[in-house]
This record gives sequence, structure tokens and C-alpha cells, in this order.
Amino acid sequence: MTTATADRGIAVPSALRKQGWTVPILVGLALLSAIFASLCVGAYPMSFWHSAKLVLHLVWPFSTYNPDLKELTVVKIIRPPRVLLATLAGMGLGMSGTALQGMFRNPLVSPDIVGVTSGAAFGAALAISLDWSPAVIMALGCCTGMMAMACTFSLAKMARGSNDGVVVILSGVFIGAFFLALLGLVEFWGNPFRISHWIIGSFVNADWTKVWTIAIPTLIGGCVLMTLRWRLNLLSLGDLDAQSLGINVGLLRWTIIAVVSVIVASQVAVSGVIALVGLVVPHCARMLVGPDHRRLLPTAALIGALFVLALDDLNRSSVYAALPVGALSAMVGTPVVCLLLWKSRGRGWTRNS
Amino acid sequence: MGDPAIRFHDLGHAYKPGHWIFQNYSAAVERSSIFALLGPNGAGKTTLLKILLGALKATAGTIEVSGRTAFVPQLFQVTFDYSVLDMVLMGRARNVGVFSQPSARDEEAAMASLDRFGMAHYARDPFHELSGGERQLVIFARALVSEAEILILDEPTSALDLKNQLVVLDWITRLSHEDGLTVLFTTHHPHHALAVADTALLMLGGSRFDQGPARDVLSEENLHALYGVNIKHLSFEHQGEQHETLVPVLPYGTRARNEAANERSRAE
Repeated sequence: MTTATADRGIAVPSALRKQGWTVPILVGLALLSAIFASLCVGAYPMSFWHSAKLVLHLVWPFSTYNPDLKELTVVKIIRPPRVLLATLAGMGLGMSGTALQGMFRNPLVSPDIVGVTSGAAFGAALAISLDWSPAVIMALGCCTGMMAMACTFSLAKMARGSNDGVVVILSGVFIGAFFLALLGLVEFWGNPFRISHWIIGSFVNADWTKVWTIAIPTLIGGCVLMTLRWRLNLLSLGDLDAQSLGINVGLLRWTIIAVVSVIVASQVAVSGVIALVGLVVPHCARMLVGPDHRRLLPTAALIGALFVLALDDLNRSSVYAALPVGALSAMVGTPVVCLLLWKSRGRGWTRNS
Repeated sequence: MGDPAIRFHDLGHAYKPGHWIFQNYSAAVERSSIFALLGPNGAGKTTLLKILLGALKATAGTIEVSGRTAFVPQLFQVTFDYSVLDMVLMGRARNVGVFSQPSARDEEAAMASLDRFGMAHYARDPFHELSGGERQLVIFARALVSEAEILILDEPTSALDLKNQLVVLDWITRLSHEDGLTVLFTTHHPHHALAVADTALLMLGGSRFDQGPARDVLSEENLHALYGVNIKHLSFEHQGEQHETLVPVLPYGTRARNEAANERSRAE
């Protein structure tokens, strides 16, 4: 009987069990170093090593160093919220993209493509143009983001009776276009400069309110996705198969849709649209650790954070400090996607048979 | 035999009101038996499987499935190239809590199941690099590790070469006899059904169906009614054992008949 075979127990090769955890750990260490390094770069005229000394002074309780108050303010008050904001935004986008790609069995899906980003941008822009408080901006962004994603999904289901990948993308394009049009109207009637400046995606004006606004949804949502990450493997097999394995496909899918919407909406509400991160990062992570979501999801979260943090550092330390992260991510992301497509031809998800 | 593993009564399904794919189907699948489902394309085989798996609600009738089911799809394709072990591990979904990850014990069970099918050395390989026959065995291993009692297969031999067709048929028999699984499969090959199935159901369309012991149901007349072609029943002896099979007769003549005709015209 099956139980007998299970009890006999064939040892799983230990190399197989530990397979791939080295890479996520290394990426995690890289992220920690990047966070430290990010605290040491910026527009304020202060050398990297001098900043590093200040950061070490702050984290080392027995330090006797007596720093300049102005410099200390930069390292203690100004830089940390921005660094945390970029880290959390990247983490959320990396995880959301990975979860969506797994769920829709389509490596071209990302929060921007299924409409959730446009939806959240519309809600947040509406709240901004009406001069509502940050909490309302966030809440409205979340609601419209979820609404957009639900519309995309329902439209795809109506069109084909299933969550066929291409249909989902097409529906996402339509729904995204609709919400972009609404966003255009808000911009037209409201304060176009303020909204478009925010839409393009940037971490300028980071403060602790914004950090909390993104941290709570991203960390709670991230925990939910992390616990469900093995189930993403099952979901990526297809509805009939997943259901026959005992998964409540509908409930699991709606849970993930809701969680991803909240994460992405919170990111859009605090830092505008940061394009292509949700699409590119899962691919990079998949190249490093393979497709198993148990390792892929944590790795994608870390790489996402690393990627956005690096872009923001580039922005802060560049002479043209006004270059927004959203534009930068699209400029870096597009060639990366092209490179990925070119490199993965003939294997992995580009296979036809 | 006790309660049947699957029982359906007056089952019918229509995707559009009034357009019945099939209607008034009744059958019972005994425990540990092999049940074959035959019918031409469009007869509703896949629809019936979906109903059995609970993925589709029947328009009419009742259905009872007592026991855990495992499904083996027709052609297994994955979007992401999971390893063979990852694939088999997914069979443990019912044993792993919603918010937990599979344990070392689950992985051991998956390895044991792979070993049963002689596939343990493929554990680390990407699933999509295996041949069609090997993939089918991995999916069998996944079904076994899920501790299913009922195995539902959609045309398990359709995409395989001749040898692998026989390997799969062999495993269907072994899983039923050795492991006591109930196996239900659809097929386009009546001789496969005759070779391994205990019971067969011919889906003749509408409310017409034939159901009973495979040997009785898979008669030349019934198969002619089902497919509209002539199928001959042949018995032969091989290494002291009696075998029987079904062979279709080609409607436009065989090479031998054409050669004979050519011979005649040349003689004239």
C-alpha cells in the first residue's frame, strides 16, 4: 500500500534538500550590505567613508565619536526612511510579480500588466487631487487596485471560462487602459503637475508615515504569501490538476489576488508607479534558484529590494538627482527583459512543446 | 465487493440548455477494478471526467465518489521547469497544511514513490526534459504519493510510443491488483480497454450508452455502433497463453488488397 512505501523511506539526497539555499542567503547578505551602503550615499556633500563612520556610530552603542549634528541628521533622520521605503517597495514588487506569474502560469504577467498598478494609481491620484490624507490615499489606492485586478480576472474568466494566460494579459491591457483613462481625467481636472510628478515613481519626500504606510501591508501580505509559497507551485499546474490534488483553487487564487493588490496598492500610494520591477525580478530570481516557489519567492523579495534600492541610490548619488526611480526602472528593466528573453530561448518557459 | 468506489445515476450534462452531451447515464465502478471509458471525439468523455473530479457540476443526476481521487492529465505540460521531485511532492498537497511547507517526511514519501516506478535517479532532473512515458510515470508516482484510492486518467496512452503505451497499461494493471487502486481511464484504443479493463462504458451519444464487463461490451457490433467502422475481435495463443485483441478494418482497403487488385488488372 501507499503508506507502506511511504514508511520504507528512501533518503532524499541531502544536497537536494539544501539545494539552492546558498543563493538566497548570499542575496540576503548582499541586501544587508546594500542597505548599509545606501545610508552612506546621497546628495549631501559628505564622503562615503565619513557617512559609514556615522552609521557605525549610530548602531554601535559604546561609540565615543562626537559627530556634527547636521551630518548626523542626514544619516539618522533623512536617509533611513528613504532607504527603507525603497527596500520595502522592491520587496513587495518582487513578491507580487512572482506570485502573479506563478498563479497565472504565465511569465509575462506582472502587477503593471494585470491592471492593478493603473487601478491603484487612479485611486491614489483621485485622493491626491482631492487633498485627502495619506491614509485615505493609500486606502483608496488599495480599493481601486483590487477592483482593477478583480475586473481583469473576471473579464478573462468571462471570455474563456478559464484563466488562460494570453486572455488574462489581454484583459489586463483593456482594464489597465480604462483605469489609465480615468487617471487622465483626474489629472485633467485636478493638479496635473503634482499628480504626474507622483505617478512617475520616486522616493523623494520619504518620511516615516510613508514607511509605515508601505511597511504594514507589505510585511503582513509578504508573510501570507510566504506561507502560501509552496501552494503557488500547485496553482501553477493549472486549475483542473490543482483541484484534483485537493486545492481549493478559487479561494487560494482570490486570497493571492487580494494580498497582491494590497501590497502593490500600498507601494503605488507612497511612491508612484515603478515599472517593470514586478516583471524582471522574478525572472532574475528564477535564473538563480530555479522555479520552485519555496525558494523563488524569498529570493525574488530580496532581489526586488536590492534592485529598487540600487536604482534609488543611483538616483540620489547622481548629479541629475531629479531623475525619478520609476523612469530609471523602466529604462533599466526593458533591456534586462530583452536580454532574458534572448538568453532563455529554447528552454524553460519559452518552450512550445 | 462492498460499496462501489464511484456510482452515478441518471447523469447528464448540457453546456447549453437543451443541448445534452450525454443524458441518463448510470454506472458503478467497483473498488480495485479497472474501468474504461470509450467514445468518439465530442462524446463527452472529458466532460464526464471533469464531473467525476468535481471540477464541473452535472446538469442532471447524482454522483457519488467515495475515496480520494488523483488525476493524470492527457499530456502533462508545465509552464515552469520544476524538478521531478518537486512534481511528485505536489501530490502531498492534502497532507500538508494550508499555511505550511512539505516536510522531510513528505519528501521521503515522494522519493519512495518515485523509486517504486524506477524513477528515483531522475529526482533532480527537470520534469520537462523527460520523455512522454517517463513523465506519465512521474505523474503516476505523484498520484500514489497522494494516497489516492481512485485514479482517473485521461487518455493515458495517447501521446506515447508503442513500448511506453504497454508500460503504462502494465502499471494500470499493477496499481489496481497490487495497490488495490480503482482506476478509471478514457481511451481511443478499444484493444487497450479489452486488455486491461474489467468494466467498460461506451458513450454512444445522447442517452445511449453500453455498460458492463469489458469483454461483453467491447463486441464487434457495439464498437461498430460506437465508431462507425468495422472492428474485428481476434483470439490467438502466445507462449501457451490465450490472448484476445481488437483490430480495426481499414475502410479503403489494405496494401494486400490493393496489390491483389493490381495483380488482377495486370493478368487481364
